[in-house]
Amino acid sequence: MACFLVSAAEAAVVKVVETVEEKKELKAVADGHDSEETVKIPLSRKLKWLNSLLLGGAVLLMFEHVWHGEVVPWFPFLTAMSSAEDAAEMFHEMATVGVTMALLITAVWGVMCVVADAIVKRSSEADQKA
Amino acid sequence: MTLLITVFAAIIATYKWYTRKDDSMQLGILVFMYWGASIMWLVDAIFEFAELKAEYFTPAAEDMLNDAFLGLAVVALGLVIWIVRLLIKDPRGSVRAALRRG
Repeated sequence: MACFLVSAAEAAVVKVVETVEEKKELKAVADGHDSEETVKIPLSRKLKWLNSLLLGGAVLLMFEHVWHGEVVPWFPFLTAMSSAEDAAEMFHEMATVGVTMALLITAVWGVMCVVADAIVKRSSEADQKA
Repeated sequence: MTLLITVFAAIIATYKWYTRKDDSMQLGILVFMYWGASIMWLVDAIFEFAELKAEYFTPAAEDMLNDAFLGLAVVALGLVIWIVRLLIKDPRGSVRAALRRG
């Protein structure tokens, strides 16, 4: 019904955090607190991955909802908003399916970050030995 | 069916990203988009399975055909988003060069 809205909302929040973090990282490099050559993946880059996963998924799922006639190009854009009963069902779906989607994507991203950090660490250790 | 088609698209996009020579084709966005959608449809499928049980695996032929069309349309939309983004960002400068030649 509108489960993709939860991921889209998380993507918006992540985008704000990513922008703030990117500015902080650039300032740290400019102030000399952090070197650009430090071998680690910046948090802003990791947040960009999460944002792409959330937003990409939300856009394709929104298309599915358009396909099924649940999202329309006129106000209020969601057909479920036409009656209180449908709206309640929609909010229930957002709270269950939508939240689970956002949580699973965030969990997959978390695992991805741990694995990526391990790969970078292993590669830099191999470079130091060579 | 939509989930299956999107997962295959995600695997192919990831393979192409892994075997790329450089980043000029910007395949990363396609990889994230298809995997993001696959994860979301997986959750949808789990909830549907919990509701329908074994019936989930025996859909009506008409529903399957509709889902297959939807899956292909989703893959096409992902490719359109990727190609439009690629042409706008123009990392190889091909569009700029073509426009200058005009």
